[in-house]
Amino acid sequence: MKRTFSEETGDQRDQGSPMNAAGVHVAVRDLDMVYGTFVIQRDLTFDIKRGEVFAIMGGSGCGKSTLMRHLIGLKAPASGDVFINGVNFWESGKAVRDEIMKTAGVLFQGGALWSSMTLAENVGMVLEEYTGLSAGEIGEIVSLKLSLVGLEGFEGFYPSEISGGMRKRAGLARAMALDPEILYFDEPSGGLDPISSRRLDELILELRDSFGTTIVMATHELASIFAVAENSIFLDPDSKTMIASGNPRTLLKESTDPKVQAFLRRGEL
Amino acid sequence: MSTDLECGDARIEASRDGAEALLITISGGWCITKGIPSLDHIFEAIQSSPGARRLAFHTGGLTRWDSGLLTCLKMMGEAAAQAGVEVDQSGLPEGIRKLLAIATGTAKATPPDEDPATLEFLYRLGEASIGIIEVAMDMLGFVGELSVAFVRFLGGKARFRRTDFLQLLQQCGAQALPIVTVIGLLIGVILAFVGAVQLRLFGAQAYVADLVAIATVREMGPLMTAIVMAGRSGAAFAATIGTMTVNEEVDALETSGFSSMEFLVLPRVLALTLMLPLLALYTDFMAIVGGAVVGVGAFEITLGQYVEQTRNAVPPLFFGLGLIKATLYGLLVALAGCYYGMRCGRSASAVGSVTTSAVVVGVILVIVATAITTVIYDILGV
Repeated sequence: MKRTFSEETGDQRDQGSPMNAAGVHVAVRDLDMVYGTFVIQRDLTFDIKRGEVFAIMGGSGCGKSTLMRHLIGLKAPASGDVFINGVNFWESGKAVRDEIMKTAGVLFQGGALWSSMTLAENVGMVLEEYTGLSAGEIGEIVSLKLSLVGLEGFEGFYPSEISGGMRKRAGLARAMALDPEILYFDEPSGGLDPISSRRLDELILELRDSFGTTIVMATHELASIFAVAENSIFLDPDSKTMIASGNPRTLLKESTDPKVQAFLRRGEL
Repeated sequence: MSTDLECGDARIEASRDGAEALLITISGGWCITKGIPSLDHIFEAIQSSPGARRLAFHTGGLTRWDSGLLTCLKMMGEAAAQAGVEVDQSGLPEGIRKLLAIATGTAKATPPDEDPATLEFLYRLGEASIGIIEVAMDMLGFVGELSVAFVRFLGGKARFRRTDFLQLLQQCGAQALPIVTVIGLLIGVILAFVGAVQLRLFGAQAYVADLVAIATVREMGPLMTAIVMAGRSGAAFAATIGTMTVNEEVDALETSGFSSMEFLVLPRVLALTLMLPLLALYTDFMAIVGGAVVGVGAFEITLGQYVEQTRNAVPPLFFGLGLIKATLYGLLVALAGCYYGMRCGRSASAVGSVTTSAVVVGVILVIVATAITTVIYDILGV
């Protein structure tokens, strides 16, 4: 069986309607990803619902981060479409893509903070750019965002002066600066100790519950996947396509694909 | 801890054990630091024993082993598999068997196809030539994007941080003064010496002032300053932007809706294009000073004479011509630095490689520009 559909995602073949269907935030259809002549993944088709916590799973090198780059506008697909709120993302011009990305926040692996700026300047830069708020107001909001991730008081620090885990949290504060509708996490638990990882999971659930934020995470951290993910796809580097989708817990119980089972059980058969 | 007593005397022998089996006897202390015994006779035995179906081991005399023996066994296993001989591991210690299982257990990852033709010289030469054309096209595209950003800048709409720009001005300008002073003095001294020695043969050493002034103001000042700045600022631009690419900071800019062209490249290009002419002027001045030191000190020219000759030799036009060149050079060096920074790969060695390319290509561009502008000036009769 090539794909496992859980009942929740339903039939995804209806052309036209799923893109605008109530509740679908991001729809991907027949996406092919390549680097030059090297194919990473092909025929990716899935929906991400509004307010859902969606995991992109797979072993190292299967294309999770690459898929994320296609969703956030950093890499154009070789073929296929990405619809965000019903708009064909890659058929639209750069200006439209930039507008759509204003409602999104991205947490890169390692945080990707701008190293020549303090934490406050990092978080504040998007606020300065896209809101008409005064410097004082921005300062207040920046302090709030930093305190939400447990970094209150670190406004004046540079990224090189704080630990890796703190840089990640600061990166999250920056991603949340404009209260985005959708948050993308690239390996959110990478480099975090178990307690910080769990706190991040709790923050993710809190964001979803309080703000209705859609969360998309590319990860292979099983604890987080089972703790927070409601829907997922599994990318396989050998067949270069998705071989499973649905709630990870359901996949754990019902999937018959040995690779999926091996992944979800951490290799224990 | 191994002692010399434990290591040494490593031995491996092959012998027939009945019609169908080959027995490998391994004995002694195998330590990788003492070297590995040759396996040639074993491989030969595996190849040349007809009818041998099995390879067995006897390790009764083995006192110590480490990954040296493990490597040998793996190689023997591969040779046996090629010859179609089965390997019986029961004579090996348990630790070795477990490690061999791990080493051979994971499926061999197939790396992307390496075309064997890439080793051929002509092929590589051809690829490199095509590569140059591709880079040239890509750079033209880069220049185009930069022009768009510049037009937005003129309209007041380009977005970069003022702090960044001011810091860049300082880095490209004021902080370059020490090295530029040294280079300037050196140019003056060298030109003066070389020129005066020849001019003295005609009793015309007073004209060394003209030589230094004209050569520097029209050409050497801008050129040497540009080359120094390629190594200084061109490399710095490539390294900074390259490291930002490796850290995904450039990606973070793009996804936050900032144009990396406006935010990173434009301020750098503007800063260096503004500063290089000023530095070139300063180099000119330093070179004249250097020339004066040599002229007055070694060739019996008076300072008054030197200054007078210099003033008469270089009309303002020459300064203008030199400054036009310097502005162009500044643009080219900054372009090379930023272009390579933006095209950086995702590893530390990539940052090193783009930095080198930025300097080399920057210098090449400057020299090509020198040639072209000199010809144009010649045609225009200036």
